Amino acid sequence: MEQETVIKIESLTKRYGAQAAVDNLSLEVAEGEIFGFLGPNGAGKTTTMLMLLGLTEPTAGTVRVCGYDPAREPLKVKEIIGYLPENVGFYEDMDARRNLRYIARLNRIRDSVSGPRIDKLLADVDLAKEADKPVGSYSKGMRQRLGIAEVLIKEPKVIFLDEPTIGLDPDGTNRMLDLICGLSRERKITIFFSSHLLDQVQRISDRIGIMIKGKLVAVGTLDDLAKRGLGLEAGEAYTLEEIYMKYFKEA
Amino acid sequence: MHGIFTIYMKEMEDHFSSMRFLIITALIVVIGVIIASMVGMGMQEELRGVAKPDFVFLLLFTSTGKLFSFVQLIGLLGPLIGIILGFDAINRERTGRTLSKLAAQPIYRDAIINGKFLAGVTMITIVMTSLVLVISGLGIRLVGVVPGADELWRLFIYLILAILYIAFWLGAAILFSVVFRSTATSALASLALWILLSFFVGLGGGFLADAISPVNQTANVQEMQESFLRNADIQRVASLISPATLYGDATSTILDPLRKTPRSFIMMGPLERLSLSRFQNPLPLLQSVVVVAPFMISLIAITFVCFGICYAVFMRQEIRST
Repeated sequence: MEQETVIKIESLTKRYGAQAAVDNLSLEVAEGEIFGFLGPNGAGKTTTMLMLLGLTEPTAGTVRVCGYDPAREPLKVKEIIGYLPENVGFYEDMDARRNLRYIARLNRIRDSVSGPRIDKLLADVDLAKEADKPVGSYSKGMRQRLGIAEVLIKEPKVIFLDEPTIGLDPDGTNRMLDLICGLSRERKITIFFSSHLLDQVQRISDRIGIMIKGKLVAVGTLDDLAKRGLGLEAGEAYTLEEIYMKYFKEA
Repeated sequence: MHGIFTIYMKEMEDHFSSMRFLIITALIVVIGVIIASMVGMGMQEELRGVAKPDFVFLLLFTSTGKLFSFVQLIGLLGPLIGIILGFDAINRERTGRTLSKLAAQPIYRDAIINGKFLAGVTMITIVMTSLVLVISGLGIRLVGVVPGADELWRLFIYLILAILYIAFWLGAAILFSVVFRSTATSALASLALWILLSFFVGLGGGFLADAISPVNQTANVQEMQESFLRNADIQRVASLISPATLYGDATSTILDPLRKTPRSFIMMGPLERLSLSRFQNPLPLLQSVVVVAPFMISLIAITFVCFGICYAVFMRQEIRST
């Protein structure tokens, strides 16, 4: 099956002063893939995402999202991508429905279209009962699920999730991961998510990229990484943690 | 345009449903009623048994009554309205972590700040218009004079000037909300600037004038006069930094057509004084506008410069989720 490349990054670099937050990064992500972006805190994962979104200008290198350059055509890119920032915020005194409607309006979706869509999304993320409460009263898990609904309202082709499960309890984490998997399988949405939680990345990703200190040290499927990183043959037992720690020590 | 409109509507919704709108409404009612009744009562007494002077309706806004006039009060407290409306425009979104989300939507980034500024200006327009209408209405009831077309035009020009003046402070407050991350800091910084520009610039101008060109106490009258004039000129120019001075000068001959110049200090000889008192005619509307035009334009300019800086800083700023 021929798959289209959705995200294409070539020798991307971002410097803050003398320090390189992202150093010569090259990467491709295909349509419908779940790409797990793994790395310790401060490795440059968020910065890479911001450059993919056109919110930060790269120092050097090129980025293409669905063929568009986020630095040149930010509106085109923002129309087809959804972004869930780490610890996403909402307008606390407005209820879930009004929060979603505001984002829908910013995406030029008419109220007559967004109304039924909002109801369906709220049901999908299990918030139908709480839809009329102000978001200020929501728990962390509920907020994160509302964030997913907000990302989906514009029916994006690509979704960027920055640490989507951070600070969630085990049950909330499971629901979140199931939700993400469902999006990819059912709606064929490309998902690019960052995390530093190994077991979660291992569980849902099709391919994994390991980023340490601004450099992408390894990329591929889990089996690829095991073969190359640990020198294992197919069929031998391994965990992502072993692979990750090996790269981490090398770097 | 679409993005600006959506943000504008959301901001208006916020303004109308927020606590601060209640505060501002209370302010309008209190100011309007106090000024109108204070000035109205005073005028009623003054005008008893006297032939009706020209432009008596405008006196409602310029007569100082027992404490201060409406125009002076707006000069003093108007900035507060602008500051209340703008001090947390951007950093509220930042601390609420909604800014990066907003910036990831398909709108131009300047739509955020333009929409917020426009919503603020609309609020100012609503507040000022209703204040002027409240005072006019109460004044008509209390004093019983009906404004003529000329007076209505003057009032309209004054309204625009006052809106511009307050919009400058809105721009300054939004600028601080872009620069400072905490809403408390931006509020305090706006207040500090307000106090500095409204109260201390006059003082500073005096010091500056005395330092650069002190008044010579000599026997030569000519020389003393010249040094006195130069001192007054420097003081005036220095105080023009303050938007409050610009506002005061701009409104002076618009609302008070009997004043022929915005200056409070005029050097003149005995003949000039005689002719001035002999021919006490009001300036025609167009001439009044000509006199205040430079101040009006300066006021427009500083408002735009202030918003321009704010715009430039915001467009360059990096937006991160944390």
